[in-house]
Amino acid sequence: MPPLPAGLPRGGNGPGCGNGRMEAMASTTRERTSKLARIGGVYRTDTGKKYAMATSGVVLLAFVLGHMIGNLHVFEGAHDGVYRIDEYGEGLRSLGEPLFPRTLVLWVFLRLPLTAAFLVHIHAAWSLTRSNKAARGAKYQSPRNYLAANYASRTMRWSGVIVVLFLLWHLADLTIGVEAVNPGFRRGEVYQNLVFSLGRWPVWILYTAAQAALGFHIWHGAWSLFQSLGVNNPRFNRFRRIFANVFSTAVVVGFLSVPLGVALDVVR
Amino acid sequence: MDLTLRVWRQRGPLDEGGFETYQAAGVSGDMSFLELLDVVNEQLVTEGREPIAFDHDCREGICGSCGLMIDGRAHGPRASTATCQLHMREFSDGDTIVVEPWRAAAFPIIRDLVVDRTPFDRIIEAGGYISAPTGSAPEANLIPVPKGTSDTAMDAAACIGCAACVAACPNSAAHLFTAAKVVHLNLLPQGQPERWRRVERMVETMEEYFGSCTSHGECEKACPKDISLDNIAVMNRDYLQAKIRNR
Repeated sequence: MPPLPAGLPRGGNGPGCGNGRMEAMASTTRERTSKLARIGGVYRTDTGKKYAMATSGVVLLAFVLGHMIGNLHVFEGAHDGVYRIDEYGEGLRSLGEPLFPRTLVLWVFLRLPLTAAFLVHIHAAWSLTRSNKAARGAKYQSPRNYLAANYASRTMRWSGVIVVLFLLWHLADLTIGVEAVNPGFRRGEVYQNLVFSLGRWPVWILYTAAQAALGFHIWHGAWSLFQSLGVNNPRFNRFRRIFANVFSTAVVVGFLSVPLGVALDVVR
Repeated sequence: MDLTLRVWRQRGPLDEGGFETYQAAGVSGDMSFLELLDVVNEQLVTEGREPIAFDHDCREGICGSCGLMIDGRAHGPRASTATCQLHMREFSDGDTIVVEPWRAAAFPIIRDLVVDRTPFDRIIEAGGYISAPTGSAPEANLIPVPKGTSDTAMDAAACIGCAACVAACPNSAAHLFTAAKVVHLNLLPQGQPERWRRVERMVETMEEYFGSCTSHGECEKACPKDISLDNIAVMNRDYLQAKIRNR
């Protein structure tokens, strides 16, 4: 609802207190807004930002799951002298060929929506954090005794920041192959690149530690998104927590399997 | 038992405020927390000092007036209990108890432990009512309501508006309170005429004052009336539907 014009009482719209006036005003403003503008306007509200947070979160969860499953090609080793994960990478880049030019489908249907989801997620987080900080005002002067809020839920913004920083490193390391980050990088040779990168112990620790942040983040996110989107049914509510447990564990274990494979010399 | 109290004292909205320490000797376990404050206040008055100001009314857990942050927990250590129904047997001899007012930007401190909860009235004004014609009460079973629906609505209606949810929330969000009110009326047939307008107005009024929900679940644990976090999901869904329907 748009802000009321000055002069109208804010609140006080109980039965018989100018309710008719309010209604008339509401209907005239509503006719003028297009459906698209209205839905877009929802993002201006905090609740709307939570919807955006949850929907972009779903896209990002789908991505981490897909990425994790894709990584498992590492364990298929080589076939006819070509590493299976190299073929998988090439498969992603040549999606839609020969109907579409190489990498077009990858960019338009995967990387672009993913980047958009990241940006929306980060913007909503940023602006909600600011609004929440403002809503607290003066802090409690004595220590709080939290009962339900857990480490994951209370560190969402920090685990989020860690994931973004890790992502930047990861893109420079194994996607773009920035010389300073991964001097052994050779385009298209996914297997050799990751074996080289994870062979450096500080990098190995970085990759392993980042999974902890990711795990906490998606564990809270995978349950919280149901609340934000209002997916609620007393019969199924307990499965929301179970889903979050299973999903985040599967993703973290799957991702960790690659550095572990390198450490155990299974991947070399 | 003998207790040490560290109570937040603040002379007015603009005063900086700070903790002051008081001794309470010979406290009975059968006293309520508010009675403890009464006893301390009598001592203070006898000594010629200002008594501690705190909100209270019914003292039987149904009015929502009282509410203190006791040892970092809204309404103190006992679950599903308002401050007035918290008995001193929950504490043990020699304990130091820290008492603070609710803290939220929307709830400025008026004095000591008393905060101004007017924003809750604003949320109710925005839609927490039904436009039923007045007159004699209609026959109770004139409008059939399924048992499950009336039970869920009744559970939501149990909210006494004490604001412990806001006090406990790390984001100072009032979602549990607002959701309880929205869900209570939106579920029942009597609430249908204003259903979509109600959720829009109440949510948007709430957002003028309070933070957003990050599903910590602190509010649910602090709530003396066990209002469920599920209500928030229902409110979020109704708000989205209201925006799409544009009624």
